Amino acid sequence: MEKLEQISSQVRRDILRMVHACSSGHPGGSLGCTDLLVSLFFEQMNLKTGEDKQVVFDMSGEHEDMFFLSNGHISPLLYSVLARRGYFPVRELATFRKLNSRLQGHPATAEHLPGIRIASGSLGQGLSVAAGAAYGKKLRKDNNLVYCLMGDGEQQEGQVWEAATFAPHHRLDNLVAIIDFNGQQIDGPTEKVMNNRDLGKKYDAFGWKVLHMDGNDFDSIREVLGQARTESGQGLPVCIIMKTEMGQGVDFMMHTHKWHGAAPNDDQLAAALSQLPETLGDY
Amino acid sequence: MKKYTFTEKKDTRSGFGEGMAVLGRTNQNVVALCADLVASLKLDTFIKENPERFIQCGIAEANMISLSAGLSLSGNIPFATTFANFGSGRVYDQIRQSVAYSKKNVKICVSHAGLTLGEDGATHQILEDIGMMKSLPGMVVINPCDFNQTKAATIAIAEYDGPVYLRFGRPVIPVFTPADQKFEIGKAWMVNEGSDVSIIATGHMVWNAIEAAEILEAEGISCEVINIHTIKPLDEEAILKSASKTRCVVTAEEHNRFGGLGDSVAQLLSTKLPTPMRYVAVNDTFGESGTPAELMDKYGLSKDHIVSAVREVLASK
Repeated sequence: MEKLEQISSQVRRDILRMVHACSSGHPGGSLGCTDLLVSLFFEQMNLKTGEDKQVVFDMSGEHEDMFFLSNGHISPLLYSVLARRGYFPVRELATFRKLNSRLQGHPATAEHLPGIRIASGSLGQGLSVAAGAAYGKKLRKDNNLVYCLMGDGEQQEGQVWEAATFAPHHRLDNLVAIIDFNGQQIDGPTEKVMNNRDLGKKYDAFGWKVLHMDGNDFDSIREVLGQARTESGQGLPVCIIMKTEMGQGVDFMMHTHKWHGAAPNDDQLAAALSQLPETLGDY
Repeated sequence: MKKYTFTEKKDTRSGFGEGMAVLGRTNQNVVALCADLVASLKLDTFIKENPERFIQCGIAEANMISLSAGLSLSGNIPFATTFANFGSGRVYDQIRQSVAYSKKNVKICVSHAGLTLGEDGATHQILEDIGMMKSLPGMVVINPCDFNQTKAATIAIAEYDGPVYLRFGRPVIPVFTPADQKFEIGKAWMVNEGSDVSIIATGHMVWNAIEAAEILEAEGISCEVINIHTIKPLDEEAILKSASKTRCVVTAEEHNRFGGLGDSVAQLLSTKLPTPMRYVAVNDTFGESGTPAELMDKYGLSKDHIVSAVREVLASK
């Protein structure tokens, strides 16, 4: 547990330094979902490794768990976690959003960055892609899980509900959808911009097994992701409503939507980094 | 001039259905998806013989396209099927991000393209899909001309690794290409050699071009008719070769004049070999209800319209 916290601290530093370096990107949601992705990639997911125990990226995702980021704007988080996990050199994080980089503003496959299986950024498509991957695993008798992270604002996209209807109908009980319930989106609090009402009840009505999790508490994440794995194979896809705090880990970035898509200046970066110990070495 | 005859008329969508039946028996990776139009897409045989490799998506095309992208990761070859209108315009962003930009091996196979969908009217008669699809980097766009060619194209695209948009239609039309043809993506098909004018046609318009050429032949005008079943990648060599011989070109397509085959040919000729040209295409308008023949006539796509266009372009030579 201590180890995961240390990784999270370093990943949060990476996120802030990446968005600061290019003066753009989305730190708020990235910081909020950091603990989830660290848990998934460093503890929960069954990932393909080579003889040296290093992770090996295989586009097919066969015989391993797969992760899809539907809310692609929190790319700095995904890139940092993939690099820290060993999918590509950590120093490459310095190229984020710059010309000729593999680390595009939103995740893409065209530059062949290990760890990315599909482009995302235009919202609402990830759950469909993940459902397709989960169906593919069923066809090939592969019992591993497919995870998909979405934003709560993203739930306003109609396509999400097409996929939400499809998955239970086809009994995709190897699919775990996780909704980052931080209550914020670009134009303000989600309740005010476009109220999603009770997402848990909605998914329940669509036929999903709904679980609730505190996405900024490693004990809760471990317990609920464990429960989601136990639920797999029982006939229902699983939806986890994950409460997070946008900007988690940096006091002045929390409790506001202002850091959804804004980068810190030099002083703000220094103030933010002072709250996050450098545990694994900055890139 | 080679004389084309036919013994039967069939719909190109049935050619697709037969192609899928063959693939069901020969390629275990092929998976068919459909958005509640199984009978219209002629998928009955595939589904009957391979029920485990058919995915009913319901009336949710956006999900079907992105789902196909995810399904392709583990080596499955998804054939996502619906009407052309719902498999292009309705899902452009899903095709753009999840399929084309992500370079996924997804085949988008669509029926009822163009005016010949008929009585359902303009809501369903898409005339912009070729333009949308060819503007996507890396997308292959195919519009075969008859039953046999559609069947062959269906089988051929399963062997090609990458995104494909395969467009076909509803009405029964003459079957005039060989049943045993080998379909080569991006390779134009010489229908008839001629010397006075090149008629470059795609899809249902190829037969109309053949009939127009016969009328003109009787008047002593020698037409070269080329079937461009693959609009992207375009067989530039074949078109340039023909245009350099005849020095005037007419294109014919069941599509809006903006963005279709005509524009592809015009772009090629204007940059490599400026040549007088006329378009036979829908003149930037939506369609309406009617029989396929009535619509093709009213909107300027009949054989007589091709004849007129040829006379016009010859006069400008």
